[in-house]
Formats: sequence, structure tokens, C-alpha cells
Amino acid sequence: MNSSYKAIPTTGKPAALGPGRANAWLDLLQGVSGAVLVAFMWVHMFLVSSILLGKDAMYTVTRMLEGEFLFGRPYPALVSAVAVGVLAIFLVHALVAIWKLPGSYRQYRVFWHHSRGLRHTDTTLWLVQVVTGLVLMFTATIHLYDMIMHPDMIGPHASSARVYGGTWLLDLVLMFAVEVHAGVGIYRLILKWDLFGLTRRRQLLRRVVAAIVLFYLVLGSFTFAAYLRIGAEPAVQAGERYVPSWQQGTH
Amino acid sequence: MSELIARERRQLELRVLRYNPQDPDATPAFQSYFLEEADAMTLFIALNEIREQQDPSLQFDFVCRAGICGSCGMLINGKPGLACRTLTADLPARINLAPLPGFELIADLSVNTGKWMRAMSERLETWLHAASDDPDIDSLEPVMEPELAQEIYELERCIECGCCIAACGTLQMREDFAGAVGLNKLARLRLDPRDTRSDADFYELVGDENGVFGCMSLLGCEDSCPKDLPLGTQIAWLRRRMVASTLD
Repeated sequence: MNSSYKAIPTTGKPAALGPGRANAWLDLLQGVSGAVLVAFMWVHMFLVSSILLGKDAMYTVTRMLEGEFLFGRPYPALVSAVAVGVLAIFLVHALVAIWKLPGSYRQYRVFWHHSRGLRHTDTTLWLVQVVTGLVLMFTATIHLYDMIMHPDMIGPHASSARVYGGTWLLDLVLMFAVEVHAGVGIYRLILKWDLFGLTRRRQLLRRVVAAIVLFYLVLGSFTFAAYLRIGAEPAVQAGERYVPSWQQGTH
Repeated sequence: MSELIARERRQLELRVLRYNPQDPDATPAFQSYFLEEADAMTLFIALNEIREQQDPSLQFDFVCRAGICGSCGMLINGKPGLACRTLTADLPARINLAPLPGFELIADLSVNTGKWMRAMSERLETWLHAASDDPDIDSLEPVMEPELAQEIYELERCIECGCCIAACGTLQMREDFAGAVGLNKLARLRLDPRDTRSDADFYELVGDENGVFGCMSLLGCEDSCPKDLPLGTQIAWLRRRMVASTLD
């Protein structure tokens, strides 16, 4: 019997990858776009929640983002530009994610049964991502469209009027979906690429991420309540724009 | 005279999903077996007792009884595991047993993991591709660093039991997915300096959605591995290597 084994020729040609290399970049793109969106959302929540420090604080933040301290006068178009950029990244992220999603009802059903039988946290979390991701495709798109078309309607009174006047349901659903999706997403991203060797400290990572999500949900809920409260004020109902305290009385 | 304290022993109910695809009249159904729990009883012992004393037609696989052969993988209350490594004391009195999904069913709890493993192995070429197909067996092999040898050995411990496949959500939806067992094997070969394949070669094998980029990082594999292999870490490492190889 011949004891020597035969080395089978390899299939690849050295460092000459065909169109298949797009798979790697698309996988990377999903993660990078997701991480950018998470960073944006976490900063965004702090900016929005400035209303908890008072109307003046939120007014200052708004004017700052409109470039007033840079150009001497506010340019709401800057907000539109940022919203267009976020929408672009959002679309890229969603499109790459769709490529990863199962294509048939049968596949979903199989996965659903699998996750119910296995009762495994990280498997179930993927379903959470699918559901919140689908919710975001609608709610985030509407919100971004609103920001692109009406960038001047941001401020202590204008934003409150918008929330109180009808977008409250959309904003509430959007806030919960985005915070959960962002938290679970960053957790899964760290595991997917084994960043900082945290795959081996999954329990700790899960607790930290859960605490972050909880923090943002609580902060978001208080912020939401503040906008609703201000939205009910007669001056806001009458359509008055907010005048900062240091300008009040000068008119 | 010392008095022995008679402990109350649990009555176990093993509900086994029974089906023989060879029998045209058979339909899949759970069948309950009752037996008294013994000290340090494993599911392997319980199943053997049932087969010997109650029902010789019950089919399941085992060889080593020690978590080495990987034959007795099955779904234990919905979770994949080895019957020989699972103590009944760690389970409730009512235990559901089903065959591992994802593999060809032979009958009852017996599945053909070998067929799946061979197909995966041929597709991913999970053997060492040496520089020469006629090695000189009289010469000494080049020395390997002990740390590297240890690292390779750690991944080599896979027993191909199929638990990672049964626990894989991705594989439930993508039947051609390589699975953790396949990706782990390539990660192990990528580490081995005796394997002459480049990253581009490995990319050809796993650089698509049926390979490393299809993995959804659910980590059911790692959490179900009876050998505690760091499967999540290995898949992530392979993914990073494959992405880096496109930049070379």
C-alpha cells in the first residue's frame, strides 16, 4: 500500500482574487456603516436631550449645529446636508443588510422554530435585529425626510410643536427601535470581528451594552416627555418661535 | 449497624422523537420511556438501559462513551449535546430527545454526520496541502514553536460531532453554509506552516456567503461545542484574515 499522500493542487491563484473580493468589502461595509450610525445616534440623543437642561440649552445646541457660531448667522441647510449624509449611510447599511437577510418565508419559519427550540440569547438577538431593522427602514426614513425638507423647524418650540402635533407616535417607535438596534448591533459587531478580544468576555459585554441601551432609553423617555410638555404650552400652540432668555425683553 | 438513608430516586421520562425513514408506514412521533434515575447517570447510560430492558428497536449511536468519538450528538431539550457527556441530574425529570437537525436521518436519534462532514471536507479541502506530494519520511520535520503547536492542537480537538451544525442559525437557512466545523478546520490549516496555501487560496474556499461572510455570528456553535472550542474567535480571525487578504 502506498503510504505517501498526494497533495491536491490548490484552487486559488496567488493573490489574484476575482469579483469574489466584494464579499469581504460588503461585510466590512455593513459593520463600518453600522458603527458610524451608532456613533451618530448616541451623539444625537445627547444633543436632543439638551432640552432637559432648559430651552436655552437646546436653542444654543440648535444654533451651534446650524453653524451660527462659525458663520455669524444660522444656516439650517447644514442640518439638511447632515441628514442627507446620514440617509446615504443608512441606505447603504440597509441594502447590505438586506443582502444578508433570508429571502423566503420558509427560511424565516425554519429560523423561528430553530431559535425557539434552542433558547439561545445571541440567536434570539438576531431576530430582534431583524424586527427593529425593519421598523427603522420606515420610521427612520420618514424622520430623515422630515429633517431634510424642514431643517429650520428645529428648536425648543418648533421641535416640541412637531412632536406634540403628531409625530409623537413615530418618534416614540423610532426611539425604542433605534436604541435597541444600535445596542444589539454594536454588541454583535464586536463579536463578529472579535474586537478587543471581547468574544471571550461575552457576559460582561452583554451587561455593559444592556446598561448603555437602558441609559439611552431612560434618557430618551425623559426627553420625549419634555418635548410633549413644552408642545402643550399655549405659546407653542400659537406657533411662536422661541426667543432665548438673553434676547427676551430687547424687542 | 449503620442505617442507610434511602434517597428518593427520581423517575425520569425520556421522550424520544422516533422515526424510521426506511419504513414507508412510519410517521415521526414522540415515544415516552420511563426509568429510575441512578447516581451519576448519563443520557448514554439511560438510553442503553432503555434499549436493553424496554425497547431493542430504539436506534441511537455511540462508540466511546467518553466524549471523544462524537457519535452520540443529539438534541437534548432542544439544545445540541453529547448524550455521554450529559448527566441526567442536570436535567428536569422530563427529557425530550430528538436527532440532530441538518443531517441525514438514519432512524430515531441516529444521524449520518459522516456524510455531511465528508461533503464539507471535500468542498473546503480540509486537509493539509503540503509542498511536495512525495515527502521524504527519513528527514526530520522542521521544528515548530511549542506555542504554535499548542494553538494548532487546540483547534485539532474537534471531534466532528455535529453539535455546532445543529446549533447554527445560519445553516438552518443556508444549507450550503460551511458551518463552524468547516471554518475551524480551515483556521487550523491556515495556522499550520506546513500547509502551503495562501490567503487567496483560502479565500477561494470560504470567501462568500456560504463561507465566512455568511456567518451571522450567533455563536450557537461555540455555546454548544462539547469540546469548548473557541469557534467564535476562530471564525472572526478567519474573517479578518480574509478581508486583509483582499488588500494584499
